[in-house]
Amino acid sequence: MRVVLAEDLFLLRDGLVRMLEAYGFEIAAAVGTGPELARALAGSGPDVAVVDVRLPPTHTDEGLQCALAARRERPGLPVLVLSQHVEQLYARELLADGDGGIGYLLKDRVFDTDQFVDAVRRVAAGGTAMDPQVIQQLLARRSAGDRALGRLTPREREVLELMAQGRSNAGIAAQLGVTERAIAKHTSNIFGKLGLEVSDDDNRRVLAVLAHLDRDR
Amino acid sequence: MDTDTYEDDFRSRAREAVLAAVRGLVLALVMLPVTLLCLTLTLVSLELLPVGLGFLLTPWILGGLRDYANTRRRLAEEWCGVRIPVAYRPVPQGAGPWTRTLTMLRDPQTWRDVRWLLVDMTAGFVTALLPALVLFFPFQGLLLPAGLWRAYVSGPADTYWYAFVPVTGQATAFLAAALAAAVLVFAHRFAPRLLTAHFRLTRAVLGGEQGELVERVRVLTETRQDAVDTSAAELRRIERDLHDGAQARLVAMGMDLGTIEMLVERDAAQAKRLLAQARRNSAEALEELRDLVRGIHPPVLAERGLGDAVRALALRLPPVTEVSVELAGRVEAPVESAAYFAVSEVLTNAVKHSGADRIWIDVHHDDGRLRITVTDNGRGGAAVGPGSGLAGIERRLGTFDGVLAVSSPAGGPTMVTVEIPCVLS
Repeated sequence: MRVVLAEDLFLLRDGLVRMLEAYGFEIAAAVGTGPELARALAGSGPDVAVVDVRLPPTHTDEGLQCALAARRERPGLPVLVLSQHVEQLYARELLADGDGGIGYLLKDRVFDTDQFVDAVRRVAAGGTAMDPQVIQQLLARRSAGDRALGRLTPREREVLELMAQGRSNAGIAAQLGVTERAIAKHTSNIFGKLGLEVSDDDNRRVLAVLAHLDRDR
Repeated sequence: MDTDTYEDDFRSRAREAVLAAVRGLVLALVMLPVTLLCLTLTLVSLELLPVGLGFLLTPWILGGLRDYANTRRRLAEEWCGVRIPVAYRPVPQGAGPWTRTLTMLRDPQTWRDVRWLLVDMTAGFVTALLPALVLFFPFQGLLLPAGLWRAYVSGPADTYWYAFVPVTGQATAFLAAALAAAVLVFAHRFAPRLLTAHFRLTRAVLGGEQGELVERVRVLTETRQDAVDTSAAELRRIERDLHDGAQARLVAMGMDLGTIEMLVERDAAQAKRLLAQARRNSAEALEELRDLVRGIHPPVLAERGLGDAVRALALRLPPVTEVSVELAGRVEAPVESAAYFAVSEVLTNAVKHSGADRIWIDVHHDDGRLRITVTDNGRGGAAVGPGSGLAGIERRLGTFDGVLAVSSPAGGPTMVTVEIPCVLS
């Protein structure tokens, strides 16, 4: 799997390259600035791009803008955006086109290499990987006054969080240490309580959850 | 000993009197032609405005006039300690002659300068000459009884008026000398004060809106004090947070890693537990640093500017929040940050106290002012009193000449408006 990597801090870029290579990824390009990233995305046709939000020369959200521009050029291009902080505003912009293949994670998530690599693979496969922080913010805001969310059991809330992050039933089962059948039962309960349509497609499922959490906005 | 100090005192006073007289003489005689020249040139350049040439000349000549007035300001301070504030409006760098002329003509200080020229060549001239007059005039009077009177009075019917004393002979010459002595004593005591009076007159004409300036200085001093206090408190908070938080966690992590190094072969299970703990510590240290950064300069603000930063803020609020932003560019960084934290605090207040379930935020810039309105449909009754959160915001906005207005009748709605003068880039 060919990866384009954009990160301006040399130490982090180097570490990410080594880690991804250790997990069998092929690094098509590892760059440090916005213009270089734009060239790499246009040129090397990667399977997935791992991009830092803040990149030179502007040191603002150049990386994010580059990724969004590349996705307009090539719809569905899998992009995993990393950042020192996560903002719902950015998560929305990334999810806006509804094409899937989107990830938005805190940089700290690379501490758990297995989960991080899992997220990269999920995004490359057209799935979604949303940072737990984004989801928790959404849930915290919505649960105030939202009766449907209030009816969920604690376990169901946990499953909903993981689901909104973009994990499949199998992934959730592994994470919580229970069987996939149990998760399937939880998810159908959640969909029922929240009034969401059941869907097999992982990406649609996430969008449905997010749309529900985002209602009235 | 006493006589010594008395003599010293006498001498230094005499020196001062002579100095004041000489300085006054210089002011009167050297400056009069310059003042006349300045006035003439200014009038000529103003006359030439209709034919266009004036636009080239006026900024140049008015610039010279300013330099001249500033020289006099400096002399006033150096010679008599009279401070005359400089209050020229800045002329934009690299502006064309048209803008320069207009800016200068619109400056009230320019007209005060011209008025001062008129005063300086009349009352100013006289007051500058006075110290010299009172000091040098008596010397002639003192010489009269020594025989000088004979040079003026040729016959018995002849009268020479020394001030108001008619000198007709030796006796009246002594009378004149007495008057001269009295004037000299006066000069010895008061010559420097007369010069000061001249500069006071200059200040009265040139100084202009003293009251306004004093008020402005008072406000600036106050807001600067607030700014210094706030930033010092902020630095202390950051230092404490780093010291108690991230720093301590990193130290703990280092200790854990040291222990792990020792344990890794002897007790692998324990080492693994410690490793997990070290990782937790590093994650938490990062979390704390992130919060700290958010408190100093929020990342979205740095990346996207005020509009999106307020939008991001709104996304985190429990009540439904509508944001409308009309900004044609980026606000200057310090103002942006102040405005952001003001909005953030107003929103926190609204969420905590108002019981509102809808909030509207409006951010726009026109007329050189950034205006932000936060309206909620809560129960109202918010007030800017001492000790309230709103008063704190008001104080910090003061640093930027910003103001805060609250309209919050009991029963709601509450509308808080923040206004800061600034330019967009």
